[in-house]
Amino acid sequence: MNRPAVDRSGTGGAVAPATGGGRIRTPLPFPTMAARAVADTQLRANLHRATRTIRAKRARVVDEVPDWQALRDAGAAIKADVQRRLPELLEQFEASATAAGATVHWARDAAEACRIVVELTRAAGAEEVVKVKSMATQEIELNEALEAAGIAAYETDLAELIVQLGEDTPSHILVPAIHYNRAQIREIFQRRMPDAPADLGDEPSALAEAARAHLRRRFLSARVAVSGANFAIADTGTLVVVESEGNGRMCLTLPETLISVVGVEKLLPTFTDLEVFLQLLPRSSTGERMNPYTSMWTGVTPDDGPQDVHVVLVDNGRSAVLADPVGRPALSCIRCSACLNVCPVYERAGGHAYGSVYPGPIGAILSPQLTGVADNASLPYASTLCGACYDACPVKINIPEILVHLRQQAPHPVAEKATMRVLAWVMRSPRRWAAVLRLARVGAGPLGAYRERRSGARTLRRLPWPASAWTRSRDLPLPAPQTFREWWEKQ
Amino acid sequence: MTARDEILARLRTALADGPPPVEVPRRYRRVDDRPDLVEVLIDRLVDYRAVVHRGIGALTGLLAEVDRLAVPTDLPADWLAGYAGQVRRDAPPLSPAELDVVDAVLTGCAVAVADTGTIILDAGPTQGRRALSLVPDRHICVVRTDQVVGLLPEALTRLDPRAPQTWISGPSATSDIELNRVEGVHGPRRLEVVLVEA
Repeated sequence: MNRPAVDRSGTGGAVAPATGGGRIRTPLPFPTMAARAVADTQLRANLHRATRTIRAKRARVVDEVPDWQALRDAGAAIKADVQRRLPELLEQFEASATAAGATVHWARDAAEACRIVVELTRAAGAEEVVKVKSMATQEIELNEALEAAGIAAYETDLAELIVQLGEDTPSHILVPAIHYNRAQIREIFQRRMPDAPADLGDEPSALAEAARAHLRRRFLSARVAVSGANFAIADTGTLVVVESEGNGRMCLTLPETLISVVGVEKLLPTFTDLEVFLQLLPRSSTGERMNPYTSMWTGVTPDDGPQDVHVVLVDNGRSAVLADPVGRPALSCIRCSACLNVCPVYERAGGHAYGSVYPGPIGAILSPQLTGVADNASLPYASTLCGACYDACPVKINIPEILVHLRQQAPHPVAEKATMRVLAWVMRSPRRWAAVLRLARVGAGPLGAYRERRSGARTLRRLPWPASAWTRSRDLPLPAPQTFREWWEKQ
Repeated sequence: MTARDEILARLRTALADGPPPVEVPRRYRRVDDRPDLVEVLIDRLVDYRAVVHRGIGALTGLLAEVDRLAVPTDLPADWLAGYAGQVRRDAPPLSPAELDVVDAVLTGCAVAVADTGTIILDAGPTQGRRALSLVPDRHICVVRTDQVVGLLPEALTRLDPRAPQTWISGPSATSDIELNRVEGVHGPRRLEVVLVEA
C-alpha cells in the first residue's frame, strides 16, 4: 500500500514523500455507498437530529466569543508555520520528550506503527490494553493488529465502546456512534455487554452508568494504555489529550505503560500556542466552553502516572499531503468535526459512506491526499461546494478550494476530457463562443418552441446515453431564443 | 535508513517549494477586563453542574457527610478542622483500589479560568498526584480567589508546562448519546468547589 507519491519537488534523488495505508480508502465509490445510506430512514433521522443539536450548541458558544475570528486567524497561522517547519519541530519534540523520560518511535506507515505498539505491549508483558479514543489508531487499524497478535484492545470512550461492541466502524470524528439512537445503543449493550443490568433503560444517564460499571475494574487493573494526542508541544515535549468522560484520565494516569500514537502534523511550536487551540477546539467540537477534562503530560513524572512512556510519531501519508502546496492546509485539521456537522452531504449520507475513518468535508480532502487521489477518486466529489465547512473550520482550512483542486487531479473518462477540451477551445475566443451560441440557438429553435408548447418550459427531460447521465437527475435547458446582449441592445 | 531519517527526509522533500515564513497574528484577547471574574467563574461552574460553596466554613458541612476522605500529603491542617471522619493521606501512595473505596477527595488547585469554568491542577501544593483527584467519585476542590484569572492565555502564564496537568470543567460528562450532555461517566461524578478569599 505504501508507495512514493508524485514527486513535485524536482529534487530527483531525494527521498520522496509517500502515501499511506490503513482505514483511509473507500471500498466502493462514494455515490454507491451514499445511496445505501440515504435509503436508511432511521439513519437519516438519527443524523439529522444529532447534527442539528450540535450545530445549535456550537453556534451559541462561538457567538459569545468576541475575538473568535482573531483566534481562527492565529490558529491557521500557527498551523501553517508548523507545516513549514515540520522537520525541525519534530526533531525538537523528540529531543524535549526524550529529555523528559519518554521514548520516541517513528513509523513510516500504518503497518510499522502497529508493529511498534504490539512490540511495546509485549515487552510490558501485557495481554490487553485499554484505549483512549484516537483517530490515529483507528486510521492505522491498530485494534485489528493487536487482535491478530493475541492482545485484547478495550475501547473506553463511550461512543467507541458502543461501536466496538456493535462490531461496527466509527461514522463521525467526535462521536463515532452518532448513527445510533438511544434505543439502538441499549440493544447493543444488552446483547454484547455481559454485565449490563437486566432492566437497562434507554435514558442516556442509565447507558452511561452501565458503561462506567463495565469498565471500572478494567481501568483500575490495566497495565498498558494506548492513546492518541490532540497536540504535541515541540519546545517542551508535552502531549495533550482533550476528553469528556474521564476514561482518558484513567488510561493516561493509572497504567504503568502509556503508548501514544501521534500523527506528525499534531505538533505545536510552544506551550503558549495552546491558548489558541484550547479555545478553538472545545467550542468547535462539542459546542462547550471547555471540555470536562484535558490532560497534559511531559515524559515521565516520578511517582505520578505511567513510568514507562512512549510516543509513536506516524507519517502514513502525511508527507504526501505536505508535498502539495494547495492541499497542504488539510494537515492543519484539529479533528473537531465542525465541518461534518454543518455539511448537507454528511448530514444525509452519514460517515460510513466515505469509507475512510475521516468522513465529511475534511475527510473528502484528507483521505484522497493520504492515499493518493487515484485511490479515493470519488471523495472530492462528495460535496456541493457550498462552503459551510470553510466558515465553520476553526483553523480556516479552505476545504472547497482543495476539493476543486483534487477534482482536477482525479482521473476523468476520455469522453469527458475530450468534451472539456473542445469547450475550453470554444470559450477561449469570444468570436467562437458567440458563433457556437448562435448555431445552438438556431438549431434548437424549433425543438424549444415545441417543448414550450408541450410542457411550458424550454427543457429536455431525457437524453440518450451517454448524455442520460446528465438528465437522470436534472433537466437540460435549451438555449433561449434571444441572448441577454441581444435583448439589451433592443432596449 | 532508519524510519526517523526517512520520514524527516520525506518531509524535507515535501517542502522543496520553500513556503514563506509565517507571521502569527495574535490579535485575540489576552487579558479579561470584566470586574466580576469570581461571579463569571461561578456562573460557568454552575452551568456545568458543579456545586459551588463560598467560604472555608462551608467545608465543615460538606465533609460532615463524608466517612472516608482522601487528601494529598500537604493539605493545610485548617481545611480539616473539626472533621471527624477517616482521613486517608496519600503517603505511602494509595493504590487505585484504595482510592476507589473512599467517599471523596479534597484538594486545592493551581489556577481557575473564569471564562470557561475551568479548574487546573498541576500536581503542585495541596493537589497531590493525578490519580488522587481521579478515582474517588466525589471531588471537593478549594479555589482561592487570587487563583482566579479571566481568560485562558492568563492561566497559561501561571503554569509550568512540564508539570502533569489536569484541566477540569465540571464533573465527568459525555455527549456520545444523541449529542445530549449527560453528567457522570468515569471521572468523579460530583464536583464541589469551595471558593475562599485569598
